[in-house]
Amino acid sequence: MTSAGHQADKRNARLAWLFALPALLGLFCFVLLPFVLSIIISFTNLRLGSPLPLEFMGFSQYQRIFTDQAFLAALRNNSLFALVVVPLQTGLALLLALLINRPLRGMAIFRSLFFMPVVFPLSLVAVVWILVFAPGPQGLLNQLLGTITLGSWQARDFLHDSVWALPAISLTSIWQGVGFQMVILLAALQGIPHELYEAARVDGANRWQQFVCITLPQLRNAIIFVVLVTTILAFRLFDQVQIMTQGGPNNATTTVMYEAVNSAFGSQQVARASAMTVVFFTIVLLITLLQRTVSRHERVIE
Amino acid sequence: MRGKQVISKLFVYLLLTVFASMFLVPVAMMLFGSFKPDDQVLAQAGHLGSLLPAEFSWHNYQDVFARVPFLRYLFNSVFISLCIVAGGLLVNSLAAYAFARLQWPGRDWLLLLVVALMIIPLEAIAVPLFYEVTLLGWRDTYWVQIIPFIANAFSIYLFYTFFLSLPRELEEAARIDGAGPWRIFFAIVAPNAKPVFATVAILNFLTQWGALLWPLMVTHSEAVRPLPLGIATFYSLPPLQWGDIFAFGVMMVTPVLLIFVLFQHWFVQSVATTGVKG
Repeated sequence: MTSAGHQADKRNARLAWLFALPALLGLFCFVLLPFVLSIIISFTNLRLGSPLPLEFMGFSQYQRIFTDQAFLAALRNNSLFALVVVPLQTGLALLLALLINRPLRGMAIFRSLFFMPVVFPLSLVAVVWILVFAPGPQGLLNQLLGTITLGSWQARDFLHDSVWALPAISLTSIWQGVGFQMVILLAALQGIPHELYEAARVDGANRWQQFVCITLPQLRNAIIFVVLVTTILAFRLFDQVQIMTQGGPNNATTTVMYEAVNSAFGSQQVARASAMTVVFFTIVLLITLLQRTVSRHERVIE
Repeated sequence: MRGKQVISKLFVYLLLTVFASMFLVPVAMMLFGSFKPDDQVLAQAGHLGSLLPAEFSWHNYQDVFARVPFLRYLFNSVFISLCIVAGGLLVNSLAAYAFARLQWPGRDWLLLLVVALMIIPLEAIAVPLFYEVTLLGWRDTYWVQIIPFIANAFSIYLFYTFFLSLPRELEEAARIDGAGPWRIFFAIVAPNAKPVFATVAILNFLTQWGALLWPLMVTHSEAVRPLPLGIATFYSLPPLQWGDIFAFGVMMVTPVLLIFVLFQHWFVQSVATTGVKG
């Protein structure tokens, strides 16, 4: 009896392995293995089609990229981009979610409208926005700013201006991505129990007090999540740069991923590019750990 | 009190309309621009009053087909996305079921590993993956754009948490009737897990449909390139004709917009799920 049961257990375990095998194999070959490889390769001189023998180089790839002006500019640009986009996009997403959450007619239409760009591929959005930023007084944004400032706006070539190019890319990214965050925050808003607001009203709290004392604390985890995702997205920035500015002018919009792809693909320097992606991953990891700590902190309080 | 309410209502609608126009203008510019003669697209870009074309013409659309293999890009995008989504649904749900319900040695630490792999974005491994597929001789094919993306740690996690939340009774009843894990999974678990299948399908579809980085790295012939790369190449293909580019854009986004309009509820639901589960 026990031996038959043991036999069945063994058969079921084999079957379970069979269930999991294709996915585990895929993750091993195309996520774990390349991940480990990227660390190993970053310590070598690997270059596609290079006649030089493969050598262990220690940290010299890292030394090189951290003294490379373009890569440093890329790190600075990613950080700047995150600093601008994360608060703006989260704030806008929250504002839109709050507006849409009002029990008024037609909110479903607005929700769809704000969410719509999420289904647009970034490459298409980038191309369309190149025309929004068209240079000269004819350009859409130049024209708009001219009208708002009653003609005192000096028309600019946003995407070829080292001051304006990164903000232009930021605006494009917010336009495409804010609907995603809005939907997450909206779901969190709708999950707040009504009783909390009723109790607050009984206590005589006004709208603003309700927002600060109930809505914000209740949304805390959702906001932390949205901030995390947007920050990581900010460091993944690539598509818009590739299409709108190619990193220019003067490295004003280059990013870590743009530099990595150029090294790997443009100049076949796989080792150098790997070192860059290891730096990129370290940043992602730090951001994630930070989010975990902040969230856990809250759980302890509860 | 009533007057104050009306004003606050009006204010909400006013704000929403301002935001709505910011979302609509670029889209309208693309849609209407695609019907305009090329020189007018740029000349009228700043005039909101002349967004509408003076006369509708399909010329730009004909141009797109004459200048680039649009239908090829479209087919490639659809084919690649569908293979990843379908393959991913099968493979990841099976693995998640094994994690959630079956007993096997190594399960717990492998689950931990899968959760850990979730935080590795494609960008972090793109370079060695590029090297790997170069060694395999896979570059410039369909499968180099499909196979690496079928197994997905986040999909497994979404399925896993959903399966855990299903009541065990149904499966127990089937087991007593003598059904094995395969039968139980396909006849009982999967039909009861439609929402999570829809979520995973939509999230994967959105990612893959818009993918640019990977196809850019691993493909070089039109025969296997997808739409996002198509529009990037088309944009850089002289002469720069905005009417044509917009016609390309309209054709590229219309199928997805239609699907979005039809299954809106599911799209919104899926994205909201990432917030709860992430």
